[in-house]
Amino acid sequence: MAYSDKVVDHYEHPRNVGSMDKDSTDVGTGLVGAPACGDVMKLQIKVSPEGIIEDAKFKTFGCGSAIASSSLVTEWVKGKTLDEAAAIKNTDIANELALPPVKIHCSVLAEDAIKAAIKDYKSKAGQGEDEKAAG
Amino acid sequence: MTIPSIGRRPGQPIYLDYQATTPCDPRVVEKMLPYFTEKFGNPHSRNHAYGWEAEEAVEQAREQVAAIIGADAKEIIFTSGATESNNLAIKGVAQFYKDKKDHIVTVVTEHKCVLDTCRHLEQEGFKVTYLPVQPNGLIDMAELEAVVTDKTAIVSVMGVNNEIGVVQPLAEIGALCRKKGAFFHTDCAQAVGKIDLDVNAMNIDLMSISGHKIYGPKGIGALYVRRRPRVRLVPMINGGGQERGMRSGTLATMLCVGLGEACAIAKAEMGAEAERLRGMRDRLLGGLKQRLPEIYVNGDLDNRVAGNINISFAFVEGEGLMMGVKDLAVSSGSACTSASLEPSYVLRALGLDAEMAHTSLRFGIGRFTTQEDIDYAIDHTVKAVEHLRSLSPLWDMHLEGVDLKSIQWAEH
Repeated sequence: MAYSDKVVDHYEHPRNVGSMDKDSTDVGTGLVGAPACGDVMKLQIKVSPEGIIEDAKFKTFGCGSAIASSSLVTEWVKGKTLDEAAAIKNTDIANELALPPVKIHCSVLAEDAIKAAIKDYKSKAGQGEDEKAAG
Repeated sequence: MTIPSIGRRPGQPIYLDYQATTPCDPRVVEKMLPYFTEKFGNPHSRNHAYGWEAEEAVEQAREQVAAIIGADAKEIIFTSGATESNNLAIKGVAQFYKDKKDHIVTVVTEHKCVLDTCRHLEQEGFKVTYLPVQPNGLIDMAELEAVVTDKTAIVSVMGVNNEIGVVQPLAEIGALCRKKGAFFHTDCAQAVGKIDLDVNAMNIDLMSISGHKIYGPKGIGALYVRRRPRVRLVPMINGGGQERGMRSGTLATMLCVGLGEACAIAKAEMGAEAERLRGMRDRLLGGLKQRLPEIYVNGDLDNRVAGNINISFAFVEGEGLMMGVKDLAVSSGSACTSASLEPSYVLRALGLDAEMAHTSLRFGIGRFTTQEDIDYAIDHTVKAVEHLRSLSPLWDMHLEGVDLKSIQWAEH
C-alpha cells in the first residue's frame, strides 16, 4: 500500500513526540484505542490559565497513518482554545493526510484523543477549583 | 553462489521473503530455454522426434523430482503447483474411499489451500478434525493418535510451515498412519530441498511439491502418489488420461524440466546450503537480540528450516514496523492492510495474543542472500523498532512496569 508523502513525512519526522506530567493540573491526557486492535494513542495538552493550548505531545502505537494523524493534531491544537481544538473533525485530518478509506479509523482515533485530553483537563481543572473552594 | 542482481536491484528493497517465492535459479532457466523454441514438441506425441525429445526431457525431470524424495519416477504426477497437488491429494483420496471412510485429519496451521479444501469436503458430508498445535507450532503425537480412527481416510500434515518454518515429525506421523491404516499426505512445498525427505523411510503416501519455492519456475508442481501399497484417487481434471489418468492435460515440458533441474540442484547442494543459511539466520537473530530487548521467536527454533525466522517485536505495531523496514522485502504476520485487522491464524494457533501476532515479521533467507544483506537487515530493523518504541506509549508503560493487561482498553 502506498502512503501519501505527508503520512511518510510525519512517520519519519514525527512532531511533538513526548510526554508531560499527567498529574499536573494544567495537563490533560487522552489515551484511546487498544493494543489488540493495533492502535493506541496518547495525546497530552498543556493549557494556559487563559484556556489556550500552549503545548501538545503525543505517543502512538500504530500504523503509519495512526502516527501521522496524532503527530498532525499536536501541530493543529497548539495555540487553539479548548473549544477550537474540540471542533477539529476526523475528516479534516483524513483530508490533510490523504488517508485511504481503510485508514479513516486512524483519523477518528485522533479526534477521539483530542476530546479525551480536553475532557481529562476539564475534569482536573474542575477538581482543582473545588479543592480551592473547599480550602 | 552469489549473483548480485538477484534480490537486490537498485531502488528495490532487499529480498528476504524466500518462503513467499524464490527467484528461478539461472541454471534452471538455462535448462528450460531450449524447450520454448527448438524443442517445442508435445511430450505426448508418439509419432515423431519432436515428441520423443520432449517426452525424454519430461521423464528425466520426473526422475529428478523422484530422486529428491526417495521415490520412483512412476509415482510422480506433474501438476500446476502445490495448491493443485493438495487439492488432488485430499479430495481425490477422500472421494475415492468415501464408501468406506468419511474422516479426514489435518492441522489448524496448514496452508489455506489445505484448510479450504477440507472445508469444502465438510460441505460434501465428510468429517474433518482440525488438530491444534503446541505453543512451539508442533503437533502432539498423542493427540494425533487419539483422533485417527478406522474411518480416517487421510491424514494431511505439512512438512514445514510457511510462516514459522517449523518441521513436523513426519516419520512419526507416517508410522502412526501406517499402523492405523490411514493414508498420510504431506504438503512439502516448503520442505523439499530444505530438509531430508524419504517417502519410504517416512511412510509418506502422498506428497505435494512446488516449483517456485525451490528456485524453479512458477506454475509447476508435483504430487507423489505411492504405488505400493497403492493409493488411488479420483482425478479432478479429466481428459486424455495423461499422468496415469490422475491429471489430464498436455504437460508444459519447459516447466517440468525447470522443476526437475531445481530438484537436482537442491539435492546436490542442500547440505551446504542449509548450513550457510543457518549461519546467516543465527547471525540475524543474534544481531537483533543483542541490540533489542523484548523480541520473541515464534515457533520452535530447533525443529525449523534454516532459512526462516519469525520474530515478534513487543510494543510496536506490525504495519508501522513494515513501513519502517521499507528497504526490506519481508512479510508481516498481520494482515492489517485489509480492513479486517486480522492477525495471522498460524500465530494465533500458537497461543499468541493478537498484539504479539500483529507485530511479527517473517524473514526468509535463501540461496541469493548475502551476509551484507543480513547485516543491513539487522541495522535497518533495529533502527525501525527503536524509532517506533520511542513513539510507543505501550513501550513507556512497559518501562514504568505497568502491566498492559491490567488496563481497561476501549476496543474499537
